[in-house]
Amino acid sequence: MKINNKTYDIVIIGGGSAGLSAAKKAYEEGISSILIVERNNELGGILNQCIHNGFGLHKFKKELTGPEYAYEYIEFIKENNIDYFLNTLVLSINSKDKLIVCSSSEEGIINISYKCLIFSAGCNERTSGQIMIPGERPNGVFTAGLAQKLLNIDGYLVGKNVYILGSGDIGLIMARRMTLEGANVIGVSEIMPYSNGLNRNIVQCLNDYNIPLRLHNTVIKIHGKNQLEGITICDVDDSLKPIEGREKFIKCDTLLLSIGLYPFNAMLKNSGAKVNTETKGAWVDQNLETTLDSVFSCGNVLHVHDLVDYVSDEGEIAGENAAKLIKYGRKTLLKTIFTKHNSNLGYLLPNEIKVYKDLNEVSFSFRVKKPISKGEILFKDGENIIKRSVKNDLIPSEMVKIKLNNLDFNNLNELSVEVNEI
Amino acid sequence: MEKNYFDVIIIGGGVIGCSIARYLSRFKVNVLLIEKHFDVAEETSSANSAIVHSGYDPLPNTKKAYFNVKGNKMMEEVCKELHVPFIKNGSLTIGFNDEDKKTLLNLIQRAKLNGVEAEFIEKEELHKIEPSLNDECLYALYAKDSGIVSPFELTIAFMENAMDNGIKLHLSEKVLDIKKDGDLFLIDTDKDKYKAKVVVNAAGLYSDEILKKLEEPSFKINPRKGEYILLDHFNNNWCKHTLFMCPTKVGKGVLISPTTSFNYIIGPSNDESLKEDTSTDSSTINYLKETASKLIKDIPYAEVIRTFAGVRANPDVDDFIIEESKINPGFINCAGIMSPGLASSPAIGEYVSNLIKEKLNLEINTTYNPTRREIYSLSSLGIEKYNELIKKDSRYGHMICRCEKVSEGQIVDAIHRNCGARSVKGIKKRLRAGFGKCQGSFCEEEVCKIIARELNIPLNSVLYKDEGSEVFKYRFKGKKNEN
Repeated sequence: MKINNKTYDIVIIGGGSAGLSAAKKAYEEGISSILIVERNNELGGILNQCIHNGFGLHKFKKELTGPEYAYEYIEFIKENNIDYFLNTLVLSINSKDKLIVCSSSEEGIINISYKCLIFSAGCNERTSGQIMIPGERPNGVFTAGLAQKLLNIDGYLVGKNVYILGSGDIGLIMARRMTLEGANVIGVSEIMPYSNGLNRNIVQCLNDYNIPLRLHNTVIKIHGKNQLEGITICDVDDSLKPIEGREKFIKCDTLLLSIGLYPFNAMLKNSGAKVNTETKGAWVDQNLETTLDSVFSCGNVLHVHDLVDYVSDEGEIAGENAAKLIKYGRKTLLKTIFTKHNSNLGYLLPNEIKVYKDLNEVSFSFRVKKPISKGEILFKDGENIIKRSVKNDLIPSEMVKIKLNNLDFNNLNELSVEVNEI
Repeated sequence: MEKNYFDVIIIGGGVIGCSIARYLSRFKVNVLLIEKHFDVAEETSSANSAIVHSGYDPLPNTKKAYFNVKGNKMMEEVCKELHVPFIKNGSLTIGFNDEDKKTLLNLIQRAKLNGVEAEFIEKEELHKIEPSLNDECLYALYAKDSGIVSPFELTIAFMENAMDNGIKLHLSEKVLDIKKDGDLFLIDTDKDKYKAKVVVNAAGLYSDEILKKLEEPSFKINPRKGEYILLDHFNNNWCKHTLFMCPTKVGKGVLISPTTSFNYIIGPSNDESLKEDTSTDSSTINYLKETASKLIKDIPYAEVIRTFAGVRANPDVDDFIIEESKINPGFINCAGIMSPGLASSPAIGEYVSNLIKEKLNLEINTTYNPTRREIYSLSSLGIEKYNELIKKDSRYGHMICRCEKVSEGQIVDAIHRNCGARSVKGIKKRLRAGFGKCQGSFCEEEVCKIIARELNIPLNSVLYKDEGSEVFKYRFKGKKNEN
């Protein structure tokens, strides 16, 4: 039996917020041969399970729920007959021959050729295994996002007496959500001395429901052979090591983990793309093109975002640049500048700036490593300061986006970004 | 024949019990295997180093040496028949100083006595064949016949093949009492009563307790726990061989090895424990990290999938116990089978089944088929053939586990085979669905739904592993809880 072959100008892997906005933007740029490949049975990605509001404040200037936010894009895809495959898993990317291999029940194995590929496969949640929580391995330990999916999509409440490890946004949202469904949320432990979630979520999801947040505290043991019976929590010292004598047993049937997300970038990495060791996503230039020819990456598979609005923005950058590459071809490269940052930044994107004629605008995104109450942000070419701005309350959980414009990048020798506490 | 009469009853569905069942099925014989868990390969056989040792290490003229060397030679063929992945990746036992060098040279002499090929190699060659090694690794004993196999895949395959050839399996059934009545053994379980001419005690950690039901045990199991760290399959070339540390007065150190799925395993620790204690603790995991760093310096712990622990059936004697009871002939103990038990398992199965054949004067089973039906997967078939499979059964195109690329078709097949999967862990052990970095976050629910549909049971009764581990034990909105 022959393997099906298909060809599109732009193929997008992942039909979540990044992929949808990339498709929309590429279409608006005049590309009509677009395919979105989605493994789930519907478009929208994780937005579908985020039934709380707070989405779209930047992008649509109104407060939407996740499904409403996704709807804005899905309608556009449907109205304009942009192709998409559901229930289809991409098995591999062959960047040399510019094709991807997929599998689905209806089509079997399909080879899809592309001119440009946009990789927007999202991120995964870290599990108890990855952070090696000691103890038993019973049922009843869930990542917060999985619990959210089970509750909001399938109508299943994972437990009655719930403890939450990690103060990431999904954990906070789930603390409120499970309380509203009748579960008893006992508390939240966060190993860092500060929360990893957005401030508004601490207020609206924990404080409003009197759910205690224990900072500098973590789970040091899981108890229960078949089903979770309880956990031991413990305060930690400044080096995040448990302090003896400060252990406390908590009886619970469910432990939710909101201990961080990481880009689901393995497939791109396996196909030879360079990886940014700080984000674990792809290494990209200012157009979000990876080190593989005509392969772009955007959204949470590139670096984990805190706001979906910024994910959509990034999808647009990838969609626009993919479309332009197809329409106008590649411009002459004048030089490549690698970006650098000081130790107060956890990471910086883009990793390199490809300087073409007339390049005068580049968007940067980064996160600080630790909270900085008043920070001076410097863009420097050697010792020469290009741009200086001051920002209050910089925290790791909030991504910073800054644009450099009206600048002749060809005059730069190097580019580094510094954040200094002032 | 009486309904509850069996020629042979095997107690214990670990790799030894299942191997004996498989080799017994070569004969015309009426056999029942009783396992107390919800699946076979649930205790020691599901959590160990997954190594097929070459056989240089056991003292010459011991049962360990005999069965290890023989089992190692049999393993390739057995795995081919049973369609279980087996890789002969070779082992390197690493020396760090002059004293280690002496020990290694002595071990090479021992290897010769055991009839095992072993070669002493110096630093330059060592680092050429295993470039990830730490600079302080100076010498090695290279045993090219050492291999790796998944212990639970092998155990399940033994049992499935045994059942294909007529052996019966009872799961979730616990032996309560054993008596001798004339020529027969009377076995009471929590579910039924049986009679058997021959009983095989392959109860692993609990083999001393099983024997105690019949007679004063001649041995005692002193369980020892081994904790492990498991890494993702991030790079197939990171470490190619099984790396052991040269044994010293302090102990055997820890090993680093690839698995047949190109994950990497680091461990084990070796501490006294309770038989059922499979918990991990941070000081032991730190000990593993520290010790393993002598072999490879920068182990990428960002690739950790999970930690786990298994308990070894460590006997109070120095060798495997594979013998008939002197007090109660017909009761065969296969006990104290710790490392190299996995490597020895086919040889022990063959030996014990031959023993029973002589004892009961069994005839050859002319319909015996040593081959287990292949498990179809993308990696075993390749893209083109797999595509043909999807055209025949479209469920093979529907990928459920995205980390390990496991399809609905494979899951359905794993459920309906002999010794089929009935739990989430059962699927995981057979197909690796949920074994990847997301640890089932994306697929566990779909796996449960497929199990419920295929076994025609309510979703909220689907188990994670043993009874009492219902995955969805709480409430579905708008639905009456069927539990």
